[in-house]
Amino acid sequence: MKKLLLLVLFALVTLITYAGGYRVSVQGQRAIAMGHTGVAVVNSAELVFFNPAGLVYLENKLNVSVGASGIFTDVIYQNSEFGLSAETDSSVGTPLNLYGSYKVNDWMSLGLGIYTPYGSEVTWPTDWAGSHLVNSIELAAIYVQPVVSFKLSEYFSIGGGPIFVTGSVKFDRNASRTATDIDGNRSNIAVDDSGVTNWGWSIGGMFSPTEKFRLGFSYRSEIILEAEDGEATFSNFPISTRPGIPANGATTFNAELPLPAELTIGLSYEFLDKWLFAFDYNRQYWSVYESLDITFGNGASSLNPRNYKDSSVYRFGLQYDATSKISLRAGYYRDESPVQSGFFAPETPRNDSDGFTGGFSVAITPRLAIDASFFYLRFEEIDESYDFYQEDGQNIPFEGTYKSSAFSPGLGLTYKL
Amino acid sequence: MRNTIKYLAVLALGIIACEPEFDTPIDDEGVYSSGEADFSKFVSVGNSLTAGFADGGLYITGQENSFPNILSQQFALVGGGEFTQPLMADNTGGMLIPGADTLPNRFVLVFDADGAAVGPARLSGTPTTSAANNINTGSSFGNLGVPGAKSYHLGFEGYAALNPYFGRFASGANATVIGDAVGQSPTFFTLWIGNNDILSYATSGGVGVDHNVTGEMNPANYGADDITNNEAFDGVYRQLVGALTSGGAKGALLNLPDVTSLPFFTTVPANAIPLDAATAAFLNARFEAYNTQILPGLAQFGLITMTEVTERQINFVAGQNFVTITDEALTDISMAIQGPPFNLDPQTASVLSQLRQATPQDLIPLTSSGNIGVDLIGDGSAVTGVSVPLGDKDVLTVAEQEAISNAQTAYNTTIREVAEAIGLAFVDVKSVLAQAADGGIPFDGGLITSTFASGGGFSLDGLHPTPRAHALVTNLVIEAIEATYGATLPVVNPGDFGTVTVSNEVN
Repeated sequence: MKKLLLLVLFALVTLITYAGGYRVSVQGQRAIAMGHTGVAVVNSAELVFFNPAGLVYLENKLNVSVGASGIFTDVIYQNSEFGLSAETDSSVGTPLNLYGSYKVNDWMSLGLGIYTPYGSEVTWPTDWAGSHLVNSIELAAIYVQPVVSFKLSEYFSIGGGPIFVTGSVKFDRNASRTATDIDGNRSNIAVDDSGVTNWGWSIGGMFSPTEKFRLGFSYRSEIILEAEDGEATFSNFPISTRPGIPANGATTFNAELPLPAELTIGLSYEFLDKWLFAFDYNRQYWSVYESLDITFGNGASSLNPRNYKDSSVYRFGLQYDATSKISLRAGYYRDESPVQSGFFAPETPRNDSDGFTGGFSVAITPRLAIDASFFYLRFEEIDESYDFYQEDGQNIPFEGTYKSSAFSPGLGLTYKL
Repeated sequence: MRNTIKYLAVLALGIIACEPEFDTPIDDEGVYSSGEADFSKFVSVGNSLTAGFADGGLYITGQENSFPNILSQQFALVGGGEFTQPLMADNTGGMLIPGADTLPNRFVLVFDADGAAVGPARLSGTPTTSAANNINTGSSFGNLGVPGAKSYHLGFEGYAALNPYFGRFASGANATVIGDAVGQSPTFFTLWIGNNDILSYATSGGVGVDHNVTGEMNPANYGADDITNNEAFDGVYRQLVGALTSGGAKGALLNLPDVTSLPFFTTVPANAIPLDAATAAFLNARFEAYNTQILPGLAQFGLITMTEVTERQINFVAGQNFVTITDEALTDISMAIQGPPFNLDPQTASVLSQLRQATPQDLIPLTSSGNIGVDLIGDGSAVTGVSVPLGDKDVLTVAEQEAISNAQTAYNTTIREVAEAIGLAFVDVKSVLAQAADGGIPFDGGLITSTFASGGGFSLDGLHPTPRAHALVTNLVIEAIEATYGATLPVVNPGDFGTVTVSNEVN
């Protein structure tokens, strides 16, 4: 088990952005297939993430859900005034999630979840036109969360628990549009830190007036990842005593990255025996992400206004039990970007998107089911700019047209005892 | 399970179909076009400006930021072929010349320990480029810019032996620059030549001969610092364009910017001598006889005019003072004042022979800044620019400036006439440089000006453009090509191109 946990943690480190900001919605194969709904769906141990209050309604003593998704993302950029174009390295990420719940008695369940709600991996061609903003970025945040769920009455339950987060960040960018060493190599700053930890919490409630209709809410707290004394590498700066030109070599850096709070409310409704409809509304409190400010041990600093706004996601899911062994699922969601116009940085080039999802479960035995899911995220092409990069105190916009897409097939196992 | 895998495989294939694509990708046909031009074989002919020479040297990154190379990358979007350059071996800027002095390294901008700018100095390190290694392996280069080349050099057989920059990539010992261009059967060309026909006269402080005065038409009889005769230039220029267009190629002709607005001539002030009141009074006393007796006396004898008497007055004040110079345009009075009634010794007579103080219109070359205020003996009695006048080479006088501007105007007339006569694109670099020298050219990071070292337009030799200025020239050429040939091309952003290089790695 310990080995498995390590393996899972290791695999989780590789992540991809594909939702608003650097939120990654792949927290359960069954939920993904239904538009990533689940705050009011009592279906599997995925509830540890979606709403711990619901765990106590699971029928079985032990429930385990394990899943992984392969995520393929692409972002393309062009600027027709200057004839520039670039495409991100088509990266493949494989975030995993692992949930378990145990029914202690009729009114209490315990659970444990390991999941990765935040992350990003974007790699542009080195020294591309926007390399003064980003060459590449890799963010990962792994959440480990024990939960407890209580049935307060026949109709109402609550649940929640502390969250332990361990995060890592890698960020590589050029120092400016033009700075080079004597041989023309672009002056570059790279930062790297891992094992950045902090604590948060989540709480959920579920109201089930009938067996077929449920209402749910859940709230996950904001967690600020504070990188302290991480490793920063300055390279290809000219050898000069000119003010503002740092020495080449390694130094430290401090930075803060917020993992915003998220509120979800939703409902589920079973109808015509075999059908289930679910709706979730997510409110993501991105306005906490005002600026990415990095201070370096050598006295240099980098201030990058982000000015995100709070954003909403509207999720719709449908499940149909085709046979006693096979369930089919489909979903749709509208994901509003927290990125405001003029703050469109190529490190998280996300605009509003439409997600189309589908999937199925096949019960191999009464206890074990295979869950398959996929989603496709469709983005409109958008003309945007990041206006807050400065040279000599003057704002210099980086403009262009962006288009993104993300596609992800996923596979999981659900076990109940 | 097997079905599941199959299903996922189908999904995986779907990924390919899901790759994002723009409604109008810039590589789509019709977004950009070459119009009536054909950029499949582009050659660029000229001098150091075409080569990418900067900071007093030729080096790889300067070549990569040369306007023809930047241009070729935009051409590549509309059918432009590969554009080759005779890249140097390194970024030092220097070159080894067998049997001769090594060409010095490039300038870099040095800062002191307190972070204050000291000024340009030569980069340290030994150059690895050798003029002995000819890098032409059978096909000539797209960039045929040869630093130092004058108009009549381009068609001169034997130039490879005279100029190591051409020697290292000429197709043969008797090759000509223009021949190596035409030999590639270009479909498109740029020609920017004529600058050195006046520039070397200017940078040498006008020590050369103006052949618009001598009437000498044969460049074989010209010295290195002479001004090429206007008609000689006209004839040579038409031959060059005739050769380049002989195969039907289209092209762009670039005119010549004002030489005297280059920071090489505008950085060192003519009033570079700071004096206190006591020193000024002491010096005035020394020149009193010259001002009040000798000059009026010579005028009485009819040797000089009263205008010249006024021009030649020497007057120092407390504060900044104009340097004293020997102006060859003045009457040489050295013999007259050795005789009666002045009876001056030959040494004094030589100092006074063509002496005057500079005016705001006189220009001091950047390289002469070190020749001003030098205490020759060490007791303050012989200081250059004060008691010892600066020589002809250290001052570009108004008369010399007029000789330059007269030639430049004539050359530019030829260039424009030729462009209009055969329908080539005409690029008015002169106007744009004038704007840089007078106010500045806006770009997304501020202004590009001609101010030395900090203006962004000129490299540390004060003569050659920075990469950012090459980007401006590129956009000018694109604009002219679009106007003449109906092409549509993306411009470049000057803000993406650097300016001067800072480094404390100097000798």
